[in-house]
Amino acid sequence: MITYILRRLLVAIPTILILIVLSFMLMFAAPGGPFNSDKPLPAAVLANIEARYGLDQPYVVQIFNYVKNIVLHFDFGPSFKYRDQTVSGLIAQGFPVTLTYGSWAFAVSTVLGVAIGTVAAIRHNTWLDYLAVGSAIGASVLPNFVLSPILVLVFTIWLGWLPAGGWSNGGWEVVVMPVIALATTYVASIARIMRSSMLEVLGSGFIRTARAKGLPMSRIIWRHAMKPAMLPVLSYLGPAFVGMITGSVVIDIYFSTGGIGQYFVNSALNRDYAVIMGVTILVGVLTILFNLLVDILYAWIDPKIRY
Amino acid sequence: MAVTDPTATPLAAPARPDKGRSLWTDARRRFFRNKAAVVALVVLVLIALFAFFGGLVARYDRETVDFTLMGVNARNGGPSLATGHYFGVDDSGRDLYARTVQGTRLSLMIGLVGSLVAVLVGTLYGAISGYIGGRTDGVMMRIVDILLSIPFMFVLILMLVMFGRSLLMLFIGIGLTSWLGMARIARGQTLSIKNKEFVEAAIATGVKRSAIILRHVVPNLLGVVIVYATLLIPDMIIYESFISFLGLGVQEPNTSLGALISQGARQILSGGEAAWQLWFPLGFFVATLFAFYFVGDGLRDALDPKDR
Repeated sequence: MITYILRRLLVAIPTILILIVLSFMLMFAAPGGPFNSDKPLPAAVLANIEARYGLDQPYVVQIFNYVKNIVLHFDFGPSFKYRDQTVSGLIAQGFPVTLTYGSWAFAVSTVLGVAIGTVAAIRHNTWLDYLAVGSAIGASVLPNFVLSPILVLVFTIWLGWLPAGGWSNGGWEVVVMPVIALATTYVASIARIMRSSMLEVLGSGFIRTARAKGLPMSRIIWRHAMKPAMLPVLSYLGPAFVGMITGSVVIDIYFSTGGIGQYFVNSALNRDYAVIMGVTILVGVLTILFNLLVDILYAWIDPKIRY
Repeated sequence: MAVTDPTATPLAAPARPDKGRSLWTDARRRFFRNKAAVVALVVLVLIALFAFFGGLVARYDRETVDFTLMGVNARNGGPSLATGHYFGVDDSGRDLYARTVQGTRLSLMIGLVGSLVAVLVGTLYGAISGYIGGRTDGVMMRIVDILLSIPFMFVLILMLVMFGRSLLMLFIGIGLTSWLGMARIARGQTLSIKNKEFVEAAIATGVKRSAIILRHVVPNLLGVVIVYATLLIPDMIIYESFISFLGLGVQEPNTSLGALISQGARQILSGGEAAWQLWFPLGFFVATLFAFYFVGDGLRDALDPKDR
């Protein structure tokens, strides 16, 4: 097990480095520097600014310093546009917000998805099953950016129950709509995966044995069927994580929640390379670490896996 | 399998050579028995007709601002046959019908291009990786794994920012990511195909490796590839719409369903009086996705019956 984790780490670290170097290379290859504007700066001023941001160094030195600062000090350098802000500072402001509604959405979609999928599988071919499958198909065409305006229209404008956005320290009223918008498609996907894997497990021999022993259905589901049926869901959690962290950009923009997505898009519109790269790398690292976690969990739960 | 026995003697009507039921005829029959898939296909054809020929009945083009509605957009700019704005006008008074036609066309094209790249690159990559096997396979698939673990939406936005937001860049970015899943699927299928007798026969008769991959392995992958490619189209459409929703995708005067939904969504935030600006693009978006999912599902039942 330890060797498996170590081996996976050995793959994860170069992946992160590749991501950093790749985004750096993109920046060097891009036409025009971050300080090019319609009114060209005097050469001396430009040189001064570039020295301040370390852009006058050779590329290799720049990359090395960048990686070194991230690893040692969690420092992504200064923002190119907000003169008095560092990228790490912006991330520190936005990340707790993203984390709050993100983890809610993640928990809701996992729990609800597993529950709906299990119920649909137990009540296979009844109206409950059809309802679950039907809503799952319906939900899969409602990505976050489609659902968000519909939610605001219904809950804010028609019903007047919830505020259309803002954060106000994360009270429940501002969290509800972001969580629904973010979680819905994943509830649907997880429910679908769970349903089919549960159906498969329920049809297998060891469940028949458990039934023959006369165990009650609830005990069979909880003690015998749940664990093996969860495995496909577990391996879907990696992609779901990526999807939600990506979706958070839409949430931050549409609901003005103030998470990192807002900085990301604003920097993208302002060509603030430092912030975009910082966020991209942060998200990449989180994703890779999360996938690693899922893989380890998977290896730990599934006795059949060889590592 | 797809091979029909040419020596089988037809019992009746020897004058007309009896056509064997190939895999494809069989699949077509199965597909057309699936009512949901057929309805979805009809919807899809209608949407495509709308996207490519809908402009012919538009009374305005997508850029012209209707100044008669200046300042009274929200009240008088709604959908109406009298003004000729069938879907109403957008925020700045441009004809939403013409814009929806163009947006739908762009979204469809993005989906098709992304899917086409996936078919070409992904199939070949997966087939080569799976057929050669061994260490090559390990390295090639590890590359796919690594690429899959990168949050590509962010990298694509990074690229769009650095190289300028153009349609070409969008196509490149979407093509860069779309083939990864296909490569995995094609490889998995290749692993089972390469041990079949007809491949063995090809090897025995001295066919070159590249020819075996192109002529024997790839054609047998097609069923699965088509199914997956169809299911990939809605994903690509969502992908592009997502970026355009953020305002980082297509640029004016071009538009896509995502960009139009974004404008409608902003309209909702400012009070929602002109909700038609959301409903029309959103309706086309949802209908397109639905249609593709059902057609894809029908194709899966038809071409890949075991995968249920």
